Amino acid sequence: MAEVLVLVDHVDGQVKKVTTELLTAARRIGEPAAVWIGDGAESGKGALAEYGAEKVYVAPAELGDYVVAPKAELLAKLAQDKGAAAILVSATAENKEIAGRTAVKLGSGVLTDVVDVNAEVVAEHSVFGGATITHARVRTGVPVVAVRPNSVPAEAASGAAAEEAVSVEVSEAAKTAKVVERVAEEQGERPELTEAAIVVSGGRGVGSDDFSVVENLADSLGAAVGASRAAVDSGWYPNQFQVGQTGKTVSPNLYVALGISGAIQHRAGMQTAKNIVAVNKDPEAPIFELADFGVVGDLHTVAPQLTEEIKKRK
Amino acid sequence: MNIVVLVKQVPDTATERKLNADDKTLDRAASDGVINELDEYAIEEALLLKEKHGGEVTILTMGPEKATESIRKALSMGADKAVFVNDDALHGSDALQTAYALAQALGTIEYDVVVLGSESTDARTGVVGAALAEYLGLPQLTFARKVDIDGSTIRIQRQTDYGYDVVEAQLPAVVSVVEKINEPRYPSFKLIMQAKKKPVDKKSAADAGIDTGRVGLANAATETVDFAAAPPRAAGTVVKDEGDGGAKIADFLVEKKFV
Repeated sequence: MAEVLVLVDHVDGQVKKVTTELLTAARRIGEPAAVWIGDGAESGKGALAEYGAEKVYVAPAELGDYVVAPKAELLAKLAQDKGAAAILVSATAENKEIAGRTAVKLGSGVLTDVVDVNAEVVAEHSVFGGATITHARVRTGVPVVAVRPNSVPAEAASGAAAEEAVSVEVSEAAKTAKVVERVAEEQGERPELTEAAIVVSGGRGVGSDDFSVVENLADSLGAAVGASRAAVDSGWYPNQFQVGQTGKTVSPNLYVALGISGAIQHRAGMQTAKNIVAVNKDPEAPIFELADFGVVGDLHTVAPQLTEEIKKRK
Repeated sequence: MNIVVLVKQVPDTATERKLNADDKTLDRAASDGVINELDEYAIEEALLLKEKHGGEVTILTMGPEKATESIRKALSMGADKAVFVNDDALHGSDALQTAYALAQALGTIEYDVVVLGSESTDARTGVVGAALAEYLGLPQLTFARKVDIDGSTIRIQRQTDYGYDVVEAQLPAVVSVVEKINEPRYPSFKLIMQAKKKPVDKKSAADAGIDTGRVGLANAATETVDFAAAPPRAAGTVVKDEGDGGAKIADFLVEKKFV
């Protein structure tokens, strides 16, 4: 069976959940081979084995010293050396770029933001703000597919996770954009927005830059915090937390919209959530058309009560 | 400093967007066309760079005839001229073919910096900037929330999940921008009038150096197999808060095993 390369997302030696989802999808297509760039493979290998990785290719951290290009060179080389059937990455901003450059190098095609993929590498997309479902495939070369986190439920299956060190001679052209500094900005202990199983977002109804009503509810659920464009444009919450057309796309198991009307631009970023809960003062708000459960009321009384109830019932 | 801004016309998100039943491409005639929102930030950034470093701002657009409207809008924001690649052979090109075609067209223009939005609001692939850098063999400075140029050195803040990376390169370079970078200006009446007289250099694919055997639907490496309207979400429950709204949501979350 041909190998399916899965680019591993990891932090401090911990494999991110989306990688277990990708390994699950990869097993439909062929034999999963994880590609680990950077340090920490020793501590993360166990998780990869639990989700069926037969191999773990470990590449040096230095590939990350330059923007995107060296990682694409590695993936393209591995795909050729190993005769890979497909390459799967998570649909994060950077990984989509890696996917695009890899496909250019391989003379193949790239499918981004897919919400499902089958054994023939036919991928499902949710487009136009969730209004249309499309299926697409790559008909030339090794398909490179970027899968949206929380789209494919992870299922365990044991794999050998045989480690092999790999490397690539990075070209001069790939060393032209150098990362000279990495700056971490305050985001506390909350899960990463696009990966989170639960997202609690606040919008215009929050009314000020005091987002504690949103954050407290998020923390009671172990959720990530998001914000609508209205809230971000008002300067109430940082830009990187914006959910919607010009921000992040999330696909959590539960999305809680507080004081968000649900304009199409916002829906484009959250419509594939499995469960949607909305609180809004306006009974006509379009968010209620999507909501599995909605409360017409003031989020400043409903959300704190909900937070207390969750703490009580835990 | 010569700056090229890549501008895409996209269907207005506020209108109903659909695909053509016959070839499964975007039905561009069905909706109003507008400048891709993030490209407006790219235009603004180019204008700011020009104000600081001098030079010219050229708009580069590839698309159907209708895209002329968006080119005029871009010129009325203050860009100096435009190159419009317009050819039926380009119809149905996917993201990588688009990047290839734009890279070829850039070969006919003199520039120090190429600026574009980090993604379009229609296909939302977010790969064109990276693929363009790959085709051109130029530094990829994408997802920029701040751009500084000093002589031939360009430095950006690249937005990441944890904050940002400071990335440095030598010009020429490809820069894509995120919304945080600036606040696009509105065209003034004077600029709107002036824009009507600004030159738009219309090129066929061949004029732009594009191999028509590599672009268009028939030559795409990707293929849309089928499409359908998404099934409607099952109607949910909406209640009015009677002082127990929070508790009722908690009941729902317990039922769904989130608590």
